[in-house]
Amino acid sequence: MKTTRRQFLQGAMAGGAALTLGATPPEAQARPNLTMPPKALGLLYDSTLCIGCKACVAACKESNGLPPEFSTEDHLWDTAKDLSGKTKNVIKMYKDGNGTQKDRETDGYAFIKHSCLHCVDPSCVSACPVSAMQKDPVTGIVSYDEKSCIGCRYCVVACPFGVPRFQYDTPFPKIVKCELCNHLKTGDKYQYSACAQVCPTGATLYGPTDLLMQEAKRRVALKPGAISKFERGQIGSGNTHETVVKAQYLPRIYGDHELGGTQVLKISAVPMEKLGMPELPERSFASISETLQHSLYGWLAFPAVVLGGLVIAAKRTSRPDDEDKV
Amino acid sequence: MSSHAEKTVPLGGPLITPVTLTLAALTGIAAVILLIRFIFGIGAVTNVNDGYSWGIWVVYDVMAGSAFACGGYAIALMVYIFNKGEYHPLVRPALLGSLFGYTLAGASVIFDLGRYWNTWHIFMPPWAQVNSVMFEVAVCITLYIGVMWIEFSPAFLERFGRKDLKQKLSKWMFLFIGLGVLLPSMHQSSLGSLLIVFGTQINPLWQTLMLPAIFLMTAITVGYAVVIFESCLSASGFKRPFELDLITRLSKVMWGFLVVYLVMRSVDLTWRGAWGEAFKFNVMALCFWIEMMGFILPVILLAKPANRRRPDRLLISAVSLIVGTLMLRLNGFLIGYNTGPGWYYFPSLPELLVTIGIIAAEILGYIVLVRWLPILPKVEPAKTAR
Repeated sequence: MKTTRRQFLQGAMAGGAALTLGATPPEAQARPNLTMPPKALGLLYDSTLCIGCKACVAACKESNGLPPEFSTEDHLWDTAKDLSGKTKNVIKMYKDGNGTQKDRETDGYAFIKHSCLHCVDPSCVSACPVSAMQKDPVTGIVSYDEKSCIGCRYCVVACPFGVPRFQYDTPFPKIVKCELCNHLKTGDKYQYSACAQVCPTGATLYGPTDLLMQEAKRRVALKPGAISKFERGQIGSGNTHETVVKAQYLPRIYGDHELGGTQVLKISAVPMEKLGMPELPERSFASISETLQHSLYGWLAFPAVVLGGLVIAAKRTSRPDDEDKV
Repeated sequence: MSSHAEKTVPLGGPLITPVTLTLAALTGIAAVILLIRFIFGIGAVTNVNDGYSWGIWVVYDVMAGSAFACGGYAIALMVYIFNKGEYHPLVRPALLGSLFGYTLAGASVIFDLGRYWNTWHIFMPPWAQVNSVMFEVAVCITLYIGVMWIEFSPAFLERFGRKDLKQKLSKWMFLFIGLGVLLPSMHQSSLGSLLIVFGTQINPLWQTLMLPAIFLMTAITVGYAVVIFESCLSASGFKRPFELDLITRLSKVMWGFLVVYLVMRSVDLTWRGAWGEAFKFNVMALCFWIEMMGFILPVILLAKPANRRRPDRLLISAVSLIVGTLMLRLNGFLIGYNTGPGWYYFPSLPELLVTIGIIAAEILGYIVLVRWLPILPKVEPAKTAR
């Protein structure tokens, strides 16, 4: 059976084209962004109210039983510089020029809280092959179950916020991320997200995301010099303090649309990208990835058709009397 | 179809040589490092961090390693699907390379899994998460390793004199051959799809819905490149005649796939308006061009049919393609991956030694098995003169 060059190239080209087409998804089975759960819980972080006291960082460690992390010579103080396998919540600082005035972009400084944003359509949940990352259908809290986890770290590399962290220094490692203190029981020292419960200024406020959104909108509309009441702890607590608005809020509410929205919202007077929050599109990465996977593998229909063709081709080519066949 | 009926025989010869001893030593070093990893954790021997949590143990050992093990898949695609029976002498050696590449890629996943004792969760209903690309990759690779051992079992059955079993199996072999083409098509493309959920963290040069097609096409072309490479090494290492006629014709198929690939890649980059990234003055653009040259060079070198009969051109093309394929994976998962400022990754020496040890184990296993099992075609005196 001789084959000409022409026939060969035709075969190769056709095969390549077929495989290319096969691996390209039709748009029909698009999986849209997930939507906000009915009783979504979250946090509102207000950079202008934050005084950088890090009470939230300490309370988070206490509430979650996490060890201190040292970055100074004497190893005396918990001084986590970033999220890590030991730290679920951290306050970072933006500084420009001489850094003299709070909440000013040039020659100023501002604080930013880093912890899980509890995405409406989280990449980590979509990525996890063993359902160790779960989004609660009611509260929307993205939780992690170490008993399920295989430690593949797909969540770590996939999260665009760099939230899930891994423990590289132990033979029995876990993923570490904020779970909005969903482990708390009545009688515990903390009754809701420890970071919000201890925040002295109401910079971190806990509550239902829809109410937090209302409060965020109210705050960003405030003008400098106005006197306003700010709630502390959780929304509806009635624990308020009155203060003068010192900074000009930017109208942006971070988390209102990023990847289809997040349950943790952030507002500030310094642009979010300066504070280290990434610019992200509205369409969630999870929905793009799952649309592709469902198009290719939904009901295994496409692989089944291809397998049928392959088996017929293989049967036609192979002969049972052929001793040498592998 | 004379070559179709060609007999495969064990090569024989010494198993303990300076080469095999060196390979065994490298494997041993890797084993010691892995022992340290399992006692003290992944960070004790690697440089992976929360910014680059996947290092070369994932990107080389699994992503590139399994692509380099696509020789068996690429040949099976040609032999059984394009009905080219004359490539038969290449099937068993290619399949053996694949068997080793994949088995080791699959096994080396365990070294990198932080909570490896839970690995079985991937395959169990309460845990299995079917929306995860990782789930698809894991299931498909595992099944394919099983299918390949079945495809390869006639060689063992011959060795152990079980002709009866071999004949029973051969009646159903077409099913496994079909699966042996389907499964790699699925997971090699999914290795690309793994990147989709990374979103804008991946440079537009590598973030596209065409990723599954890009990874699949490069897995196939590198499959042919590895077969050419192995044939060259096997010819010089075992002093066997070079299968030039077959390799020449195989290189035509490879060339065709390469042209399709380059057209597809270019159209996609144009369609998404991503070319601008390729002309920036940075490491990503440089690595993009190294990757692209890996695919363009063989297209140029092998454009003239006469050049496909030149072993030097064939070998350079194969090596070039191997480099391009490796670069595509490194680019997608490491170089083109930006997780924010302040992160840096370069593999540590122990980390590299484990990867080297895995490659050494692969070559060692290949040498031992071709000497022991009927894998390479019998060399007739008349053919030696070829």
